[in-house]
Amino acid sequence: MSSQHASLAEKFNSDEARTNWHDQTLWWVRQKRDRAANALPEWEQLRQWASDIKDHTLSNLYNYLVEFEQNALSNGVKVHWASDAEEHNRIIHSIIQEAGIRKIVKSKSMLTEECHLNFYLQTKGIEVVDTDLGERIVQFREEAPSHIVLPAIHLKKEDVSDTFHEHLNTEKGNFDPQYLTHAARIHLREKFVSSELAITGVNFAVAETGGIVVCTNEGNADMGAHAARIHIACMGFEKIIPKAEHLGVFTRLLARSATGQPITTYTSHFHCPRPGQEMHIVLVDNGRSRQLGREDFRNSLKCIRCAACFNTCPVYRRSGGHSYHTAVAGPIGSILNPNLDMKANADLPFASTLCGSCTNVCPVKINIHEQLWKWRQVISAEGLTEPSKKIGMQLMAWILAKPAVYRMAGSTARWVLRNFPSVAKSKRWNPWYKQRELPDAPEESFQEWYKKRQRS
Amino acid sequence: MYTVGLFVPCYVDQFYPQVAIASLQLLEKLGCKVVVPMNQTCCGQPMANSGFASLSYGCDQNFIQNFDGLDFIVCPSGSCTLHIKEHLHSTQYPNKADSIRRKVVELTEFLTDILQVNQLKGKFPHKVGLHNSCHGQRGLNLSSMSELVAPYFSKPASLLQQISGLELVLPDRSDECCGFGGTFCVFEEAVSVKMGKDRIREHEENQVEFITGGDMSCLMHLQGILKRKNSKVQVIHIAEILNAGYE
Repeated sequence: MSSQHASLAEKFNSDEARTNWHDQTLWWVRQKRDRAANALPEWEQLRQWASDIKDHTLSNLYNYLVEFEQNALSNGVKVHWASDAEEHNRIIHSIIQEAGIRKIVKSKSMLTEECHLNFYLQTKGIEVVDTDLGERIVQFREEAPSHIVLPAIHLKKEDVSDTFHEHLNTEKGNFDPQYLTHAARIHLREKFVSSELAITGVNFAVAETGGIVVCTNEGNADMGAHAARIHIACMGFEKIIPKAEHLGVFTRLLARSATGQPITTYTSHFHCPRPGQEMHIVLVDNGRSRQLGREDFRNSLKCIRCAACFNTCPVYRRSGGHSYHTAVAGPIGSILNPNLDMKANADLPFASTLCGSCTNVCPVKINIHEQLWKWRQVISAEGLTEPSKKIGMQLMAWILAKPAVYRMAGSTARWVLRNFPSVAKSKRWNPWYKQRELPDAPEESFQEWYKKRQRS
Repeated sequence: MYTVGLFVPCYVDQFYPQVAIASLQLLEKLGCKVVVPMNQTCCGQPMANSGFASLSYGCDQNFIQNFDGLDFIVCPSGSCTLHIKEHLHSTQYPNKADSIRRKVVELTEFLTDILQVNQLKGKFPHKVGLHNSCHGQRGLNLSSMSELVAPYFSKPASLLQQISGLELVLPDRSDECCGFGGTFCVFEEAVSVKMGKDRIREHEENQVEFITGGDMSCLMHLQGILKRKNSKVQVIHIAEILNAGYE
């Protein structure tokens, strides 16, 4: 039986030229990241500092959250606490409703994707416009982002041209990037100006100051927040860092890891509402406390959402973000999502060869591939692997624990493969054989050869 | 000289005996006393990586019974070595398990670090592409990794460079995974094969005659794809090259 990721990945691979393009595009981003990292001799030291700061923060999270809340409140910001996605959505809707607003703009926030905020608000009759260009493209297409930094990386400019022709009435067949981005710019300007409420994400929240930092390349978070009467910033509570002086460690790592830029074009610091504006911060748990309590997985909360692990992952590059069927795809998603819904995401920790490249690029040193391995153990202990796989593994374990049985099984298997190879040569029943030949089955195993040598 | 236990991965024992023979001969030529425990089976990795580490108890016990009391345990596989190093446990013999975890060494690392081989007398007049296995490289640190900002080194390459006539070529993506990944190769067949095809394409563009590496499992996967497309490129384990023509 094929897992959900495996079957979606197989579908993705049915267009090999497009798979090559996807792989090469993201590999190009990985190479940019390598060049940026190698330009800093202190790169590995920075990673260690970032990891240490995050570890410390996670161990003292309660204190830093309280400190952050007090400072934000004294800055004139309204602070809300949401225990789960539903409460997060409800809080935001009530702010919108009280202000009597129907149209809002939103800059990129993976948290709101995780909480399915757009869908929630749309069912309440609110128009939500994503203002990040990539997010706006996938929103038009009623798709989910396929990458947390590059939401429309699965699309080519020809696809964007078709989408804009349909929704923005651009010229059919014109896929000049400058032409298309100009069309998006005009469209989005109008939305920025007419919206009274802007939602942004948060990259870092500084406990010491009560301020938040939002990093974008398009300036869309700033456009939204500056034009609107109300600014709501949504954050998972792991975004906290203790002091402003720690920020530099993270901003130096974030953009270099994400896209190979030394810094994002806009690194915006929001501390208090401007006169006449309302500013809200929604602090969200949504399973994070549970993850914090899982000893083997707690440090996944160090993640700063740079997506370097996506770009380096040889499986992600060849299966696409949608094959992960969750808001946060890629290797980090595969260790975060089983915490949110273990049954629905039981396939994800297996969508990896455990090659370890993710762990090496991670700017905050999350041991991603080791956590993938550990999730596999948890998932099978919870009985969430396919029964046929479990029976196969039990049989294998039984054979391999008994040397005489192992030798007998080995020589029998080789005899069958030599004399009746058609047994294993079924593209239908043997996935190995679909696109690969079987290894030759020798007459003698090494042990058999060695025994003869000892006798002679 | 050292008394070395030869730890032969189960699939090598059954399908690639020539790799174990080459490892044995090479170690003997280099002056080691090699012991081959005849009741060894498997390290237990297939179960553990599939989420059933709990089922590898029998393999662990058997491994300890076979490999207790040696100077070193040498294995021509980075992956199996890493599994033992990270996951061999025993409630009955915790000290023995601990000692084995410290004594197990991958073959090329044993040659470079323990035997400190620097003048192999082998001959292999061919153009050879090196495939770095992930578990050997990232798991056992057999060579520097493209993701890290650190000085270059490569234990397998340093050995291959001692072989006369051998022209070594590395692909541009020098340490991308081949897609084997244990049971990943069948449960994620499409991605697994695509990853393998992409590795092969780079080696073919480099016009190599052989692809070598320290893990026969990666090479078995690449060989399956090469054979299906009737490619002239062959796979060969690094032990076979290092042993070739070595007197």
